[in-house]
Amino acid sequence: MGKTFAKPEALSDQHTHYCPGCTHGVIHRLIAEVIDEMGIRGRTVGIAPVGCSVLAYNYFDCDFQEAAHGRAPAMATGIKRVRPDLMVFTYQGDGDLASIGMGEIVHAANRGEKFTAIFVNNAIYGMTGGQMAPTTMPQQRTTTSPAGRDVADVGMPIKVAELLAALQTPAYITRQTVIKPKYIKRAKKAIARAFAYQAAHRCFSLVEVVSNCPTNWGMTPLDSIGWVEDQLLAYYPLGDKKTPESDEEVS
Amino acid sequence: MAKVLMKGNEAIGEAAIRAGCLNYFAYPITPQSEVAEYLAKRMPEVDGVFLQGESEVAVGYMIFGAAACGARVFTTSSSPGISLMSEALSYITCAQCPAVFVNIMRGGPGLGGILPSQGDYFQATKGGGHGDYRLFVMAPDSVQEAVEMVMEAFPLAEKYRNPVMILGDGLTGQMMEPVEFPDNLQKAPTNKDDWATNGMDTRGSDKRNLVKSLFLDPTALNAHNLLLKEKYARMQREDVRYEAYNTDGDYQALIVSYGTMSRVCRTAIDNLKADGVEVAMIRPQTLFPFPIDAIRQAVGREHCRLAISIEMSMGQMVEDVERSVQGRCPVEWYGKCGGEVPTPEEIMDVVRERLAG
Repeated sequence: MGKTFAKPEALSDQHTHYCPGCTHGVIHRLIAEVIDEMGIRGRTVGIAPVGCSVLAYNYFDCDFQEAAHGRAPAMATGIKRVRPDLMVFTYQGDGDLASIGMGEIVHAANRGEKFTAIFVNNAIYGMTGGQMAPTTMPQQRTTTSPAGRDVADVGMPIKVAELLAALQTPAYITRQTVIKPKYIKRAKKAIARAFAYQAAHRCFSLVEVVSNCPTNWGMTPLDSIGWVEDQLLAYYPLGDKKTPESDEEVS
Repeated sequence: MAKVLMKGNEAIGEAAIRAGCLNYFAYPITPQSEVAEYLAKRMPEVDGVFLQGESEVAVGYMIFGAAACGARVFTTSSSPGISLMSEALSYITCAQCPAVFVNIMRGGPGLGGILPSQGDYFQATKGGGHGDYRLFVMAPDSVQEAVEMVMEAFPLAEKYRNPVMILGDGLTGQMMEPVEFPDNLQKAPTNKDDWATNGMDTRGSDKRNLVKSLFLDPTALNAHNLLLKEKYARMQREDVRYEAYNTDGDYQALIVSYGTMSRVCRTAIDNLKADGVEVAMIRPQTLFPFPIDAIRQAVGREHCRLAISIEMSMGQMVEDVERSVQGRCPVEWYGKCGGEVPTPEEIMDVVRERLAG
């Protein structure tokens, strides 16, 4: 009998530095499985962000670039414009993509750049030690909102998938999570679909993955999963926000 | 090839294409927007890439992404735009990717003005972005030389795996002059398979490439900076360029001036000569690496008793002139900025006064 479960080729042998209970590892694996299944490892370029996943380039075994904070979509644009045959994905957190890199992601999506953004939203800055993010929930305590996020002072959390779906350019925009096996299967399908649109030179694609941060939320991994399900998913509903097919029907 | 009359900005765009660079990303800014307008029409004719980015910040990283996957790529901007690209320049230099940045300088600081200036000398030659890095900086004094420098910039960027900056000013960009596009400056791109993230299949390799600027281990970061430092030292050894003007005579003063300003100085030197006053000039064509030895030797001549740095800025290059002269004679500065260009008469008066003083 052959192997029934193996490490994807697109993942390296390195141990990750991620905290216990964090879902970055699961998301990395799903991307790597999709790369393997599509047979595109030899023409894939990943772009690592600044944030917890800055070292993502150590965990994938394909060509990789490392961006400045928030600039991965601009680098992806540069690659895809000069080498449309390469498969390009950015891997970005919520501080990177939704705060400092909001301009880059909005314009890349609006130009319809044919790359895939994997956007990991855990409602907090992880690597710098738990500061408030644009995605932090109302009343959520962080090191820079010690009394809880005051929405009268700093506004409501940004729903990135919905914001990008409001652009008029055709795109595949979806929100997923990987906190339980049933969600993991759906998330993988969404990542595969995003990569398939890119392979067909069809449209920009973004998969938002609602995630956890047990370390900076001050919770056990199990409690953090409960908080994602009860709090985050109530505010950040899962599902496809936009597909190129739906755009075509409208037009 | 026959000479054609072209505006500097358009000639710069055409020169890049002749140099085999078919990838251009930019954001409009006066006084260099004609490069983008020219290439918006021209790039599609040669199956090239033209993209207007959403900001200079983004454009800097489009250049980084494209350069990191092995493409010849360039951008053009002007002073405030270069400030915004300086973050990317720091990353690109650390990651050792070849790319060409053209700065058609305007007056600063701040929003400044839109007229010619040389106020970005420090930014271009000493940094601008963070960390220990250097750009290879070339300064043309005419549209013809701008064309030649743009064409040479790509092979130089590839030789050093470092960004090259062409530092022109608003006059270089806006004036029309006859130009010729030399065939002998067309160099094929170097093979970048050993480092570029161009896809493993492209280079037929099982080993992935990684382009990054993060070195968390202090020993590794120190070692990387030493490697970069050696590269800058090699630029100083192998690729210093300058023009020596009227250095055969028995001159009393040496002018150091570059770009548009040096053309005015040349007229002043000719006029002074007619009046019996001999003045020489070293015109740096590379601002980094700086022609340190040429200036030191030029002021070492028997009757030379003064060096004057003449700039369209408030005294920036003068610091490099001082460290070149190394105390052999007094070093003075004269200049104007904001779009004001000293006239030949002003320069003649300054030289006479300082020599008398």
